[in-house]
Amino acid sequence: MKQIAIVSGKGGTGKTSVSSALASLATNKIIVDCDVDAADLFLTMQPTVLETFEYEGGKKALINPEICTNCGICEDLCRFDAIHLVDGQTTVSEFSCDGCRLCVIACPVQAIQMLENCDSRWYISTTRFGPMVHAKLGIGEDNSGKLVTLIRDRAKNIAKEKELDLVLIDGPPGIGCPVISTLTGVDIALMVTEPTLSGLHDLNRLIKLAKGFKLKSFVLINKFDLNSAMSSQIEAYCRAENIEVLAKIPFNRDFVDSMVNQQTVVEYSPNSELSNQFREIWKRIASEFK
Amino acid sequence: MLKYKIAIASGKGGTGKTTVSVNLFYTLQKTLNQKIQLVDCDVEEPNINLFTKGRLQSSQDVNIKIPVIDKDKCVYCGDCAAACAYNAILFVKSISHIAVLEDLCHGCGACSYVCNQPNVIIEKDKKLGVVNTFFLPNGGELIEGKIEIGTALAVPVIGKTLKATDENSLRIIDAPPGTSCPVMETIKEADFVVLVTEPTPFGLNDLKLMIGTVRKLGRKFGVVINRAGLGDDAIYEYLQNENIELLMEIPFDKNLARIYSEGKIIVEEIPEMFEKYTLLFEKIKIDLNETDSDC
Repeated sequence: MKQIAIVSGKGGTGKTSVSSALASLATNKIIVDCDVDAADLFLTMQPTVLETFEYEGGKKALINPEICTNCGICEDLCRFDAIHLVDGQTTVSEFSCDGCRLCVIACPVQAIQMLENCDSRWYISTTRFGPMVHAKLGIGEDNSGKLVTLIRDRAKNIAKEKELDLVLIDGPPGIGCPVISTLTGVDIALMVTEPTLSGLHDLNRLIKLAKGFKLKSFVLINKFDLNSAMSSQIEAYCRAENIEVLAKIPFNRDFVDSMVNQQTVVEYSPNSELSNQFREIWKRIASEFK
Repeated sequence: MLKYKIAIASGKGGTGKTTVSVNLFYTLQKTLNQKIQLVDCDVEEPNINLFTKGRLQSSQDVNIKIPVIDKDKCVYCGDCAAACAYNAILFVKSISHIAVLEDLCHGCGACSYVCNQPNVIIEKDKKLGVVNTFFLPNGGELIEGKIEIGTALAVPVIGKTLKATDENSLRIIDAPPGTSCPVMETIKEADFVVLVTEPTPFGLNDLKLMIGTVRKLGRKFGVVINRAGLGDDAIYEYLQNENIELLMEIPFDKNLARIYSEGKIIVEEIPEMFEKYTLLFEKIKIDLNETDSDC
């Protein structure tokens, strides 16, 4: 069983559109949406949810004002600047608390407890392209890296049980915590970029991050014709980094139109040049599995 | 003198946050006679200086304190491992093994607090990133946060970046994509949040998530639709039904995309866009002066 993650560094380069297209081409697989912060893959996959699970996101400290003596010990110890005197009462800011529990441990009168946030959910679903695991992070909740790890583990287990060949992962943007969780243990990273200065800059940071993992990287340049000179620059950069540029895809309204129709671009215009390009891309990636 | 903190956020990546931040800044730098700071809080992938081309003035490390355990003095009680909320201390009592997993450590200090042996746990600095200050050719200032590659902790770098800004200036703050902790850290104290989106199903879905976040934080906000003309009308219906202010529309235009791709400033190339951004700020100012917020 192989795992492939579609990632990008810069947001909005087309990760989810590419993931959707590959989902309609790859066979015997499970699909995972690891962009738990702003999950969009369900819009093209239209999953039917089979099972819903609660995810205990980060716990936050809560001070009971009836017990608290406002001694200030917790405020002094907190390294996340999350505890302050508000209207005469020592109070934890829910949005700054990191959930470390140091205040709970240190409170001399046991006035503090950890409260679970239970707004986040994750799902095992079925789609017209096979099983899918996805999630929805509660508003303003953290620990998205842990949630990514959790749904990836579950997807891997399902793949083993059902003897699937592939875990296809739509990743989050950036290079931080959820991206690190997305890349850990994958075999192939498909990096989607665009021909802009920002696209190149962010790809550069992503490639540096990916070097810390044992994986094979491919690059796909989306909307390449918006700036052909910049596309050539990205290609030259990839050559120097010894990374294969799988394809250059022109700007194409079919991406947005297929999304509006809740379809992948390969379903929306199966005979288009674009769909043929995706067939070639998939053939090349699949050849790595042999 | 205006001292607003205006954050530009989006949920979905690539909708044009940085474009709006930079162009609003250039517009205001021309029209307002006061100190304005541009702040790049997209610390995983900070891109603003690709456009502003500022000169690095100063750079300050962002560190956390992480534990170093003296294995000769350690009595292997396991208290530190039990106190760690991040599973960052690996402890096996039977074989007297203890190790700090530095990548998992958030630097909270709980382990050193609970350790009851003298000088067993000392702390060292771990660098998470930097806060850079740039002087820009147009006279403004850019404060940029940037994480070290491989660092999972973006929030402390964002916090330090915001702390490094000048409270007596008008600040335009470029947020990272997404809706979780890094975005919350960026916008939680903003006076106004500009949500940039695009009229596509992905754009609308992520806008809804982001509106949930700004409402939870009780921030004033309005929406900018970028690439208007692509996609469908669902987003306009949504804004109307929810009674959310549409602050500005930027048309989908390959020429604009090209100017952006080359790292150029749109309001300096196209006078109509300068007018649009001037109007955008007027609308934000009116919203900020309204006493009763409707969000």
